[in-house]
Amino acid sequence: MKHSGIGLRYRAQVAARVAAALFGGYAVAALLAIACAWALPATRIDAVACGTIAALIVLPLIAMGCFWARSALRAWTGILLALGVLALIAFAAGWRP
Amino acid sequence: MKTGFRLAMTWLHDWSGLVIGWLAFAIALAGTLSVFRQEIGNWARPEASCCVTDSAAAGAAAVRWLSTHAAGSPAWYIRPADARSTTTSAFWTDPKAPDGYVLKWLDATTGSPDGLRQTLGGEFFYRLHFELQLPYPWGRVLSGSVAIAMLLALLTGIVAHRRIFADFFTFRPGKGQRSWLDAHNLLAVTALPFHLMIAFTGALTLSTLLMPWGALSAFGNDEAALARALNPAAIDRAATGKPAPLAPIRPILDEAQRRFQGGLVDIAIIHPGDAAAVITVTRAEDARVGTQAATLSFDGVSGRLLAAHDEHRPGLATYNLLYALHMAHFAQPMVRWIYFLSGLMLTAMIGTGLLLWTAKRARRVRERGFALVERLNLGFVGGTPIAFAAFFIANRLLPTDLSGRPAAEVHAVFWTWAFLIVFAIFREPAKAWRDLATTAAVACAAIPLLDELSGSWRADAVHVGVDLVAFAFAGAYAAAAMLAARGATKAGLQSTGRRWGTAA
Repeated sequence: MKHSGIGLRYRAQVAARVAAALFGGYAVAALLAIACAWALPATRIDAVACGTIAALIVLPLIAMGCFWARSALRAWTGILLALGVLALIAFAAGWRP
Repeated sequence: MKTGFRLAMTWLHDWSGLVIGWLAFAIALAGTLSVFRQEIGNWARPEASCCVTDSAAAGAAAVRWLSTHAAGSPAWYIRPADARSTTTSAFWTDPKAPDGYVLKWLDATTGSPDGLRQTLGGEFFYRLHFELQLPYPWGRVLSGSVAIAMLLALLTGIVAHRRIFADFFTFRPGKGQRSWLDAHNLLAVTALPFHLMIAFTGALTLSTLLMPWGALSAFGNDEAALARALNPAAIDRAATGKPAPLAPIRPILDEAQRRFQGGLVDIAIIHPGDAAAVITVTRAEDARVGTQAATLSFDGVSGRLLAAHDEHRPGLATYNLLYALHMAHFAQPMVRWIYFLSGLMLTAMIGTGLLLWTAKRARRVRERGFALVERLNLGFVGGTPIAFAAFFIANRLLPTDLSGRPAAEVHAVFWTWAFLIVFAIFREPAKAWRDLATTAAVACAAIPLLDELSGSWRADAVHVGVDLVAFAFAGAYAAAAMLAARGATKAGLQSTGRRWGTAA
């Protein structure tokens, strides 16, 4: 799938996936850190530490997911869904950006 | 679908590996040497006499010297000499210094830097490992990003080389690209838990820069509140401007050792000579996993204990445990050697991965971009170890009283590095490989020989250890140079094998 011809379409697809993995992945990880910091049943600083650990674990996994997805559009859809869910959790737990 | 997943992961493995490969190779090798940071420091300062058992006495001597030579400084940070390090390191802020701080190594008994050659020692490799000789915070952000990408390359690599565990016992030497691939797999599988652990915990040590959002969302810009939450025993108070003599340091350090039931690792003195002075002592981690797990703060004038904290909070204790796994301060000599060998395997895995990237594409594409990558791969993989060896060589060759000596040693590394990379760009790859391996063999063998010729050698674990490692490397590079001269490696680099579809 990846090796068939290097046309403009293919390049755009790859660029969109790289962007999803880099920027989208980082945004999801950052929001996960925030959601944990606010929603975990622990003292705030303990929850921050757990959230930071979790965020760094999921960051490479999201990047893998963005390249696993059948298309760049699906990768971005997944990113946006994850961002929405995490923002909702953090917001419900009292986080205000 | 299954093959689609593997193809996608192979693509990601190849490209993420190449993008970070050169930096990751240098970071891994510098980190491997940092395992023996103190020992390299001891080797680099042969004037220091061996083996301090009383780190409280060394700390007190350093405080005495600093009281006269760094009296105006707002803060001193002291790491006293101990069973591992023959010298005390002292770092103090000084608005008049060009970098805003001074870093010196002090004699354990006199507390003075006189008579010791000034060198960064193992601190050079330690700092290079996560600061890359770049200004704060860019070096740290860059190395932290490389750590995350390394984790990604490892995870995708497990998928890409799908027969990685089955192929563990396969090694087909002298078969060009296949041999590189087998070596790459073997190095990956043997220490895979270490590779995963060190990449992840490496990112974690820089998490305050990489992933500050949880802390920022909870504490905003209130850094003082965050610092209090992180370490309740850290006292943050402003200087009063009223001078007051520092309390006798020895009883404070003795008290700290009694409470810690062991060594001290760091002594921080804030506002020394001021009425608001604070002395903070943290516990050494020998035999205990957990960075800065215990802290004591004393009033700098009366010597009274102000606050004590022992870290037991689950989230922070987990964070500290992961942090400590990366730093390996807790490790006894045997474990330290395992870290060292695993680190070498990680470095070699990155190196073989880079060479594979070019071997895999050698018959498919022959563009100018490809030729440049092929040559830069050689320059970095072959040149970095030589550049690092140049540090040890410069340490023995430069005059001991040279002013600006620590910087001169660092310049030796970077000039060597730059020269070798340029050399590899212009030299035909097969010949460059042979030349670099030969140079590396000579450079490694030169380290113990110069040590002996300069009269610094003595029969202790540090010198014997450096000799053994240096000669082992020299032997390995000599063998590689002979192989390269016979053309076996040339075949490997230019790929004789059949057409290569995907990895594994």
